[in-house]
Amino acid sequence: MTSPATSAMPAGPARTSYWQHLRHVASENPVTGLAFALFALFIGMALFGPYLVPFDPLATDVGPALQAPGAAHWFGTDQLGRDVFSRVVVATRLDLLISVSAVAISFVLGSVMGCFAGYFGGWTDRITGRVVDTIMAFPLFVLAMGIVAAAGNTVENIVYATAIINLPFYARMARAEVSIRRNAGFVQAARLSGNSELRVLFGHIFPNTLPPMMVQISLNMGWAILNAAGLSFIGLGVQPPAPEWGIMVAEGANFIISGEWWLVIFPGMALMLAVFTFNLIGDGLRDLVDPQRRT
Amino acid sequence: MNRRHFLKGATTLSVGASFLPLAKLLPTASAASQETAVVVIGGTINSLDIHRSGTNRDSYQVAINCYDRLVSFGTKRMPDGSLSYDFDNVQPELAESWEISDDGTVMTFIIREGATFWDRKPVTAKDVKWSLDRAVSLGGFPTVQMKAGRLESPEQFEVVDDRTFRITLPFPSKLALPDLATPIPIIINSEVAKANATEEDPWATEYLHRNPAGSGAYKVARWSPGEQLVYERNPDWAAGELPGYQRVIVREVPSQSTRRALIERGSVSASHNIPNKDAKELASKAGVKVVSTPIENCIYSLCTNLEFEPFKDKRVRQAVAWSIPYQKIFEQAAYEQGVPMWGGPDTVDDIKWPQKSPYQQNLYKARALMAEAGYKDGFKVPLSFNLSHADWAEPAALQIQSGLAEIGIEATIEKIPGANWRTIALVEKKLPLHLENFGGWLNTPDYYFFWAYIKGNLFNSYNYDNPEMARLVDETLDMAMDHPDYKRNVTRMIELAFDDIPRIPLWQPTLNVAFNDKVEGYEYWFHRQMDIRALEPA
Amino acid sequence: MPPILDRLRKVALRLLQAVPTVFGILVVCFLLTRALPGDPAAYFAGDMADAESIEQLRQEMGLDQPLPVQFLSYLKDLAQGDLGMAVSTGQPVMSELANRLPASLELTLGALLLSFLIAVPLGVLAATRPNTWVDHLCRFLVTAGVSLPTFFTGLALMYVFYYLLSWAPAPMGRLDFMYLPPDPVTGFLTIDAIIAGDWEVLGAALAQLALPLITLALFTLAPIARMTRAAMLQTLSSDFVRTARAAGLSNRRVLITYAFRNALLPVVTTLGMVFSFVLGANVLVEKVFAWPGIGSFAVEALVVSDYAAVQGFVLSMALLFVALNLLIDVIYTLIDPRVGEEA
Repeated sequence: MTSPATSAMPAGPARTSYWQHLRHVASENPVTGLAFALFALFIGMALFGPYLVPFDPLATDVGPALQAPGAAHWFGTDQLGRDVFSRVVVATRLDLLISVSAVAISFVLGSVMGCFAGYFGGWTDRITGRVVDTIMAFPLFVLAMGIVAAAGNTVENIVYATAIINLPFYARMARAEVSIRRNAGFVQAARLSGNSELRVLFGHIFPNTLPPMMVQISLNMGWAILNAAGLSFIGLGVQPPAPEWGIMVAEGANFIISGEWWLVIFPGMALMLAVFTFNLIGDGLRDLVDPQRRT
Repeated sequence: MNRRHFLKGATTLSVGASFLPLAKLLPTASAASQETAVVVIGGTINSLDIHRSGTNRDSYQVAINCYDRLVSFGTKRMPDGSLSYDFDNVQPELAESWEISDDGTVMTFIIREGATFWDRKPVTAKDVKWSLDRAVSLGGFPTVQMKAGRLESPEQFEVVDDRTFRITLPFPSKLALPDLATPIPIIINSEVAKANATEEDPWATEYLHRNPAGSGAYKVARWSPGEQLVYERNPDWAAGELPGYQRVIVREVPSQSTRRALIERGSVSASHNIPNKDAKELASKAGVKVVSTPIENCIYSLCTNLEFEPFKDKRVRQAVAWSIPYQKIFEQAAYEQGVPMWGGPDTVDDIKWPQKSPYQQNLYKARALMAEAGYKDGFKVPLSFNLSHADWAEPAALQIQSGLAEIGIEATIEKIPGANWRTIALVEKKLPLHLENFGGWLNTPDYYFFWAYIKGNLFNSYNYDNPEMARLVDETLDMAMDHPDYKRNVTRMIELAFDDIPRIPLWQPTLNVAFNDKVEGYEYWFHRQMDIRALEPA
Repeated sequence: MPPILDRLRKVALRLLQAVPTVFGILVVCFLLTRALPGDPAAYFAGDMADAESIEQLRQEMGLDQPLPVQFLSYLKDLAQGDLGMAVSTGQPVMSELANRLPASLELTLGALLLSFLIAVPLGVLAATRPNTWVDHLCRFLVTAGVSLPTFFTGLALMYVFYYLLSWAPAPMGRLDFMYLPPDPVTGFLTIDAIIAGDWEVLGAALAQLALPLITLALFTLAPIARMTRAAMLQTLSSDFVRTARAAGLSNRRVLITYAFRNALLPVVTTLGMVFSFVLGANVLVEKVFAWPGIGSFAVEALVVSDYAAVQGFVLSMALLFVALNLLIDVIYTLIDPRVGEEA
């Protein structure tokens, strides 16, 4: 897998073959096709959801409180008489925002750290290694709790906390992928043709680390949402009344025993579907960018 | 090994120590039987010594069930048939009788004949003095609570003879005797305590933290912190009728849903302090009884901080009070458990406290007041509540938010974790708009006003400062309730509280306890802990 | 150098490497707890305390000292094996950890074992039939498990199996009141019961364990199964498997002896990560099942800014993590066929 041809570099003529490949992958594996369709649906919900829903997701008393699903309220109403369907749809935007930004931050920071460590080795490697070990040694959820508790209970801090706990995965992966390539033939060639070290690292080696990273990204997107949900369950999540799947499941869980199942099932299904979609896309992306891993 | 040492050993707690003789008895008792009651609580018991700093609310029950005080309160039947303690009826506990001098400053107690500690040592006036000295000397909560009854220094406590004990007050106060019936002034076996005291720890806080040494109705058979506490009946209890259960297990179950499942399925005898929603729903279930008692001298309120610019104007505070959808809050936050505290008469006709405020939702009035005060276009304000109270505070906050939006005030909701709440809200007093749940242990209106309406006092989290109120409270706090000025003073305090309205009453909450129908005898107490001494099998 | 010494040297080096990590953890944890916004002195002074008694408590807790001084005195206590008092529970942190750690570990390790036993065969099955309905079904099952928050799964299982069906015992901790816990040897109730030969208690302890164990195992199926599948796919397409097949070895032999043994390496490595993951998930599950474990203790301590307790918790977790990684390294050398050939 040392050939740069498998990289995700956006080269002009490569694009058409890329789409063909996508079509090929989607047709061969209908599940991946379904995953991309679902992903498009989630993006659509995030972009247009707030304009499409039948009720204001924040408005209380749009119907009687704790009403079971029916014609007027498809997913029923919650303890404050809010429409659960509207809340589930509108929550998409916030949830995707949290997971995408958290994963983006940890991806960028983690891969930069890992690339430097893997490429330069020595003290850079040792220090990064210890930093990463330190983060990993905390039970991750507890670390996230600590950060949110210490820094304050805001969406940004949830994003930062989630980013920090995911950082080691990217750093380690990037380091491993870079260090096995730093003396590969194409790297030597790039160096000899007068490229600076940074250019070699980020222009030539880094793109090769992308395929395994893609899988990690898609997995982490799901975890990021679950993480936010867990924080909500112990009271450190998103502030009310903002709709967010995690907090809705966390609050709804208290109503399981009293029989108001719709409060937890619908946001739970949305959460599950999102995590599911991300996971499937991860597999799909890997198939897409790394045909060698397929049999 | 003499008997005393044996008993001391038996009550010594060690975690996971299954070799203790008393613990060996456990397996014979199946959960929740005629002999044994199982009570689940959501909190955790973190000490067996109420005087220790850091002891939390759930631990107060040990002071109630394992120790005696000099006096206690009697029992009364509530309108719904349930039982409650009776603040107006002080009863003997370890003291069999007492006398108060004509000028009201000297109280002389005769200790009950035959009253003994668990080690059979008779209770003497020396134990009483040592215990009360400890409460006023250790600092922190016990000292503050003692001060409320004008009990401030060891010099006030005097041993006359073995069975006679005397308290001298700096001036007469109606709060002194009731304060002796709170969970704080417990009587401790001073010999056992002193034997385990050290130079750095003269009050034996380390020892009593794990090993109660009292004369009360129950002993602690086993304490596994974070898990459970097992009470074992003291067959020699002298200060009252022998309790109904041989053994009571208090199990800590943090998840509210799990607690509900347990009581509904009949796995436990009682679930203490259940949420309003569960109280409402469980009441109609077969096999479960719910007792909901309005908490005395307690009001869930919305507080407007006078250091926040717009709230400096009384009219803005009144506008807020007129904007709140009280009925909605009562339905969605209280599930109609409790007593409404809005929509009362315009004038204060009686000194019952808490009582209904004259406010109700009237957006027309509210908007007019806002315009008059120059805030026609409203303003922005954070609305905060304590995360530990989210079950009622969150729905209430959301309703308040929508009410405020009607008069142009844009409130953003802020949940504050329990640990930070005290510092930010009560000590630093810097939350502009917040929900608060203060309730006074001693059931007199002036006591409530003392804590909540005097500048600098803990529960005046909104910096209210009114010289007239301060003068009235100062005059009335120790005044006997049958004093000719009492009614007039309290009436004026209530009028001021409603007119200045820094603290907007929402409703008087209830303490809800669910029981298996095989348990009888529950009695409500101001300290809101389960007094297991009164429970008995049906 | 003889191989044994060489290995010992490697272990020592590995331990040495952990030192800066542990120190880093101490610093991070110390700073993190100090950054918590609550004032523990005000909190622990109680409801009615005045400014004076709060100040007094602050001095007692040593919180009036500057941060570096606090850190030094913390290190000093630590060197003497003193983790301090957990103010929220009123117990020495050391005894809290000693009591609660076995409860959490029993749950975590049990869940890992259960999940390993289910996920590895699933992963192998999926890898041998990639992109068939078997593969999709396996993927669906494990992904469904990981996409639901554990507290939700836990409550739902409790609702069905305790509340509705009464198959499971009342979710009130590790053992029903009816039973007397066996004498503590390991702290693991199941193992202690086996040592004591008390089969009734063993049954009761297992009954209490069942639901939380399943909840956690469901959550950990996915990473293990997916890693097994990926690793199996990779080894199955590798040259030595092709050679083995070409040499006419039976399919079963190739699968187990060659492919699976090699695929196990990355799976074992993943276990370390999953362990950290499960300990986090534990926090939520313990709350639902009233499990007196270390996770619920840490959450409570964190919420009330109980410094000593949080620090003790994190430190013990970190040491556990380091120890676990060491263990994985050892297992690695044991199952790695290449290492075996060298020795």
